[in-house]
Amino acid sequence: MAAVAALYDEFKALNVEVLSLSTDSRFVHKIWQEEELSKMLEGGVPFPMLSDSGGKIGTVYGVYDEAAGVDIRGRFIIDPDFVVRAMEVLTPEVGRNPKELLRQIKAFQHVVETGEVTPSGWEPGDKTLTPGPDLVGKVWEVWKP
Amino acid sequence: MPKLTDGCVKPVKGPLLEGDSAPFSAGSAAVQEVKKVLAKVGKEAIDFEASAFVAGKGFKPVKLSDYKGKWIVVCFYPGDFTYV
Repeated sequence: MAAVAALYDEFKALNVEVLSLSTDSRFVHKIWQEEELSKMLEGGVPFPMLSDSGGKIGTVYGVYDEAAGVDIRGRFIIDPDFVVRAMEVLTPEVGRNPKELLRQIKAFQHVVETGEVTPSGWEPGDKTLTPGPDLVGKVWEVWKP
Repeated sequence: MPKLTDGCVKPVKGPLLEGDSAPFSAGSAAVQEVKKVLAKVGKEAIDFEASAFVAGKGFKPVKLSDYKGKWIVVCFYPGDFTYV
């Protein structure tokens, strides 16, 4: 979570709200923030840290591990129309890459604004594609991996 | 930081599903048993409400749909004080 928090200014600049959830209580979140996160980076985690006691929310989002009683690593991008745009779920051992999360948000925002589509690995400024009959079989002319 | 006031035990609201006119009433135990995965890409997000800790603000309930109209990132993780 600290890795996402470290890039919080970038999320804010994209008009993104971040919410984190674990099965820990709000009390534990508070002490984690005070005892550890605030020492990892100045100010600690600036976004709300929610308590998913019992894993009910994790269950409907497909990330609750009943045997362990915890939510595994899952992150979801939700657009302003409240539609889930992306999800990534990892077993707990591997941390996520917040830069890839930012890239995906930028791509989704671009797609919503322009109606274009973004090819693999797209970064802002890269070539986009405009879907339509003329592009069928011709993608190779404008984009290569 | 403003003074935190809070009780020891609060009902867990959790997912707010359609048709739940009263997601919980104070004192009632498990109200909804949801075992199904409902979140899907391209579909509307499942609303939820949970108690939260917010730095500088203290404890407060947070509802996903309060952020409608903005881009939202929801991050689940296994636990505070873990390693990754």
